[in-house]
Amino acid sequence: MNQDETSSGRLLKAPENFLSREDIKTVFAEAKAGRRDFIRRAFTAAAASVAAPVVLAQANPVPTEGGDPNILNLPEHSTGLGQGVSPEGSYGKPSKYESNVQRRQSPGLTQTTQASVSFAPLQSLFGIVTPSGLHFERHHQGWWDIDPSKHRLMINGMVKTPMVFTMDEIMRLPSVSRFHFIECGANTAAEWGNVAVPTVQYTHGMLSCSEFTGVPLIAILERAGVDLKNGKFVLAEGADGSSMTRTIPMSLILSGEVLVAYGQNGEMLRPENGYPLRLVVPGVQGVSWVKYLRRIKVGDMPFATKDEAVHYVDLLPDGQLRQYGSVQECKSVVTTPSGGQVLLDKGFYNISGLAWSGRGKVKKVDVTVDGGRNWREARLEGPVMSKALTRFNIDWVWDGSPAIVQSRAMDETGYVQATYKQLRAVRGTRSIYHNNAIQSWLVQENGEVKNVQLS
Amino acid sequence: MFSYRDVCVAVAIATTAGLVLAQGDSRFEGVGRAATAKEIAAWDIDVRPDFKGIPKGSGSVAQGQDIWEAKCSHCHGVFGDSGEVFSPLIGGVTAEDVKTGHVAKLRDPTAGRTTFMKVATLSTIFDYINRAMPWTAPKSLKPDEVYAVLAYLLNLSNVLPDDFVLSDQNIAEIQKRMPNRNGMTTAHAMWPGKEFGESSKSPDVKNVACMKDCETELKVNSFLPDFARNAHGNLADQNRSVGPQRGAITTQPEAKSLQENVALEQQAAAKASAATKTADGPLALITKNGCSVCHGIDAKIVGPAFSDVAKKYAAKPDYLATKIRSGGSGLWGSIPMPAQTLPDAELKVIANWLSTGAVK
Repeated sequence: MNQDETSSGRLLKAPENFLSREDIKTVFAEAKAGRRDFIRRAFTAAAASVAAPVVLAQANPVPTEGGDPNILNLPEHSTGLGQGVSPEGSYGKPSKYESNVQRRQSPGLTQTTQASVSFAPLQSLFGIVTPSGLHFERHHQGWWDIDPSKHRLMINGMVKTPMVFTMDEIMRLPSVSRFHFIECGANTAAEWGNVAVPTVQYTHGMLSCSEFTGVPLIAILERAGVDLKNGKFVLAEGADGSSMTRTIPMSLILSGEVLVAYGQNGEMLRPENGYPLRLVVPGVQGVSWVKYLRRIKVGDMPFATKDEAVHYVDLLPDGQLRQYGSVQECKSVVTTPSGGQVLLDKGFYNISGLAWSGRGKVKKVDVTVDGGRNWREARLEGPVMSKALTRFNIDWVWDGSPAIVQSRAMDETGYVQATYKQLRAVRGTRSIYHNNAIQSWLVQENGEVKNVQLS
Repeated sequence: MFSYRDVCVAVAIATTAGLVLAQGDSRFEGVGRAATAKEIAAWDIDVRPDFKGIPKGSGSVAQGQDIWEAKCSHCHGVFGDSGEVFSPLIGGVTAEDVKTGHVAKLRDPTAGRTTFMKVATLSTIFDYINRAMPWTAPKSLKPDEVYAVLAYLLNLSNVLPDDFVLSDQNIAEIQKRMPNRNGMTTAHAMWPGKEFGESSKSPDVKNVACMKDCETELKVNSFLPDFARNAHGNLADQNRSVGPQRGAITTQPEAKSLQENVALEQQAAAKASAATKTADGPLALITKNGCSVCHGIDAKIVGPAFSDVAKKYAAKPDYLATKIRSGGSGLWGSIPMPAQTLPDAELKVIANWLSTGAVK
């Protein structure tokens, strides 16, 4: 496209420039074939630029013909019969216009799809709940869709009576439903040293939040007569090929927060998320939320499983590895506008994002548009829940000049989300896990938003 | 009102008061049963750092090499040092590390990390091979085979000599030679309880919530290079097509200005809209337009079967289109068919379908 360097403000080209050569060919071909849809659409889109140059006073200007064709020409859906109720056995899907909103893999991250990750599209989500079909995935040895009638939970180790429960029995017990975030310990791992990926889906998308339904683990341990005097550590084990294991702190189980969960957002867990049973360990990294949960063992020492003795260990500059890191510290990110997006106009925007803390409730989120020089306090959407995502919003009028947008969360313990500079001063750039640094998005003059780091 | 929180608080209080519940909780009468010894033996496979739970058995370095080459090498490489499929297991460990118990190369910021550079506990590797390997047939190795594979890996890591036989009897001794046995710390604030002691419970980084004229670096030090613009696919296809922003069109060079970006995005939107509009077939259209409420394909309902209409008006699409548009009564019975307001294009598809036999 030719760019008129002399144009100023929001000037657009006439339709013949606006349509590419390829599009013009399509217009003629379709006009010949008697189809007018394309032309109508093209001109609707281009209407703003008819009789170039026209100065756009607003994002949605009145076309020269005196009205928007989308208003003036009644569409099919206003003049025809709509569709009937969904056929029997169907499960509702999003609009076909929402097909861009998908989980995605980061190219080159892993060599197998069974030990891999798909990232949730945070840039396109509202509120705090992650639709179950968009929940991020992390599998260590592939996922399964397990027959719940054949699934069993065993409790053993330091209990009076080792016990076995069927799903029917677990679902008979008194249940609770709670909103909690789950974040992979390696979320934002690629960014420890430098910018590596373009969008919030890839920088922060190993994060989701659901309403989980299940039974507090402590109740099931009590049923088996747990030895709370000596049993300080609990092993959780999955039924999949990897038989994923992690050590869970008894102190957290005693708080009643740890759930043996079967429900997610009003339905059963999705197979990719552990159907029919998974552990929910609020505030703790996702690897501890063992999927396909088959066994809980109570012991008097930590178990040093593979994913707490080889992986999920944080390397420090002195060569020491932090082991049994679990809590996801306070963190936030602006999701709109965010990396890889384009702002189509100057003027008002609602900056929106997510904040969370593995230590409790989010107390406050501040937002800057000048790279951290000056901050304003954002509005938190209620209810603010412990160890759940919290949505924040703040007004912003973009004047068209470059802006660096950041958010900074504080939790109820008073901990303030750190900068890259602060984190690197203590942990270096090679610890992989637990990167909760303040994220910077550069809004450029051309409207494109870039993932950047200032230190 | 009885609630779980109450129960849990009560339990916590009982615990701190030293009133450990000595027997199973009977509130949930009839829920769950005692596990049998056989069931526990089948699932209780974990091996702890003190080797509690390890099965009896033994295996030599030489046996391990044979098993390795047959079952493990295609992912991990013959010497366990391949990074093709998974992170390397072997490499970066020296005889000196076996003495100190802390792998020196972990301090080298340019060095990669292998499993044996990191792992402090030998039990971890035994447990993991035993429960999860080989990749496509987990839990298929017998204990002797696990000992043998582990002996081979320890031999590659300068921990065991070539002629060694590793067993449940000597594995605790070998733990004392693990190259990074002193390389782990729990001195951090990321474990939620006090099970590891009180040493470390304050977060390692302290930021303050400065609001005005704060110290910052107003220089972009890291960003994606231009050549990586499309490395994650076209970002335009990864963002919603409605809302305050669009995804950047990364299949093209970056726009020079806001105006150019707006034009590019509008052009892409017009294309996407055209692509979304896919033509429905006749069977979808008779459902969508409610025709099938009154007409079965082969069965009369209120109106005649489509197959009967098709026979009567074969090769007369224009007549059929007119009749559908206008409605009518008397030809097939007394119940009138109302005039139909469906779009021309759809009318045409249905009329053509009827005039060519109303094939399912």
